[in-house]
Amino acid sequence: MSKFTRRNFLKASGAAAAAASAMSASTFAIGGAGKKVVVVGGGMGGATAAKYIRMMDSSIEVTLIEANKDYYTCFMSNEVLSGVRDIDDIKFGYTGLGKHGVKVVHAMATGIDDAKRVVKTSAGDFGYDRCIVAPGIDFKYDMIEGYDAKVAEDIPHAWKAGSQTVTLRKQLEAMKDGGTVCICPPPNPFRCPPGPYERASQIAMYLKAKKPKSKIIMLDPKPKFSKFGLFQEGWTKHYGYKGQNNAGGMIEWYGTPKDSDDNVLQSVDAKTKTVVTGFNEIKADVLNVIPAQTAGKIAKAAGLTNDKGWCPVNGKTFESTIKKNVHVIGDAAIASPLPKSGYAASSEGKVAAAAIVALLNDGKAPTPTYVNTCYSVISEVDGAMDGISVAMVYAWDEKSGKIIKVKGSGGLTPSGKDRDADMRAREVKYAHSWFENITADTFG
Amino acid sequence: MKKVKALQAAMVACGLALTGAVFADGHGGPSAEALSYSCAGCHGTNGLSSGPASPTLAGMPKSVMIETMQGFKSGDIPATIMGRIAKGYTDAEIEKMGDFFAKQKFMSAQQSSDAMLAKKGAKLHDKYCEKCHSEGGSIEMAVEDEVGVLAGQWKPYLHYSLNDFVSGKRPMPKKMKKKLETMHKKEGDAGIQALLEFYAGK
Repeated sequence: MSKFTRRNFLKASGAAAAAASAMSASTFAIGGAGKKVVVVGGGMGGATAAKYIRMMDSSIEVTLIEANKDYYTCFMSNEVLSGVRDIDDIKFGYTGLGKHGVKVVHAMATGIDDAKRVVKTSAGDFGYDRCIVAPGIDFKYDMIEGYDAKVAEDIPHAWKAGSQTVTLRKQLEAMKDGGTVCICPPPNPFRCPPGPYERASQIAMYLKAKKPKSKIIMLDPKPKFSKFGLFQEGWTKHYGYKGQNNAGGMIEWYGTPKDSDDNVLQSVDAKTKTVVTGFNEIKADVLNVIPAQTAGKIAKAAGLTNDKGWCPVNGKTFESTIKKNVHVIGDAAIASPLPKSGYAASSEGKVAAAAIVALLNDGKAPTPTYVNTCYSVISEVDGAMDGISVAMVYAWDEKSGKIIKVKGSGGLTPSGKDRDADMRAREVKYAHSWFENITADTFG
Repeated sequence: MKKVKALQAAMVACGLALTGAVFADGHGGPSAEALSYSCAGCHGTNGLSSGPASPTLAGMPKSVMIETMQGFKSGDIPATIMGRIAKGYTDAEIEKMGDFFAKQKFMSAQQSSDAMLAKKGAKLHDKYCEKCHSEGGSIEMAVEDEVGVLAGQWKPYLHYSLNDFVSGKRPMPKKMKKKLETMHKKEGDAGIQALLEFYAGK
């Protein structure tokens, strides 16, 4: 008996009826072959889900469809901009997933036929019993006059890490002392809510050391942003920030009150590196435009998006509420109150994986639990180590059918009179350890 | 549901174990696996950390895990982020995590160790720590004696912990307090450094 695998056991025992009823639902599991899951997208969510399905039930065949040979993490890419990290330090391949038995296919997914349960790709069709779509984000270029995917090669958004991250770093290195860096953060909702503000911090750290007469101007279409107080406190302490809508410091932040278009980006002139908002016009030496966002292309092509461009899901299983047997995780999914972060995507990947494994074994979706942990490094030079974080534990509320924050949990790094310099230094180290572990958990 | 229960019963009868993550019935809250998997982003897959400031949880005795998490929850143990996270879990959930991590295989962190200092550390360990953290603070004895794992744990993490104990920010058992304070008075921070190098070399 001890040699029986779960799958063999199901086949051999009278309980095979249970397995057979689940299998009959699919055309691709005839003859008792293993169940098939196809994962579209090998970022934080998709890669994690693929690995964890295999960890939970190695009888399930998992195929990962990913266009690129390597993945560059968005988190810590701001450290590439400041020169703390090399681009290769945030590059990850897919051989680790192969060791877990995930079949990795480097192809472009073009569509999903949910009636036939087939993912269509540039390398042919892949049948599935359940599919996970983890497409990340796409950009709404049409909202900004003079800006598109091609212009973004010169005026990078660098909001998907990789070649644009390198371009932006080179532009910062080439800039003269006394130059102006202009960052235009996106409107809500967008990937990595504290990201633009950590970016300003990291660039300021570089400028303070190498080009101290330079400045950073942020033109923001929002009245406030993630870790609002913590970032401003840090900017004041390290970079001479003079408060909202004030000039004089190395970082200047200009927001947009509700029902106003003050710093809502209207147009970009790539030649002169000039941006025009409802109220301001800035000519920059280095320009970083981060456009408004939507779910990644394949989500729309597969009919998984709502009228706002994001994917509605059941938060217990992450199954799409539009298409059956297709689960959407990560930045593309509407999983509020979970943020669009790498850690949340990983957490969602594990929840979806457990649900899919249970459902494919004719069980019931288990009770999920979710966590988000997100670090930002404001400064990391000797004597000024300043890391901050936000964390939250979430639960599934069966009654309301919603993901809820667990009362009393989570929150921000203490600030003001509760600020502790020693703890801030530790948070920088924890941020870097977090990076090591989350990337190993995803790709290792 | 009935089908699943029947299946479970049949499998248990045959000596097959089912993972809670797969067949949790939805009434007992999240499974031990589900809860513990969400720690992996900071503490590594199955609690095996590859980040020097974050401790490896794999193999940690259940009682140590529970005590530590409860300490974070109450605020008795100083923390940056763990207090905020521990408050998100019930006592029962913390127990489940304790069960899960106790079952995972511990592996020594891959890190450098200064041999000269480690030699001194070995002596200090024998004199001040070995009584409770026996066999050089090994995982095997930590499990048996239900104490924290020292040998092979990450150096930066242990450094933070020892600093917090020595500075009085983190409470510790009476005997440990006496020993550690005596050691620190005699040897200073260099003594702590030597201990760290000793544990890192194991």
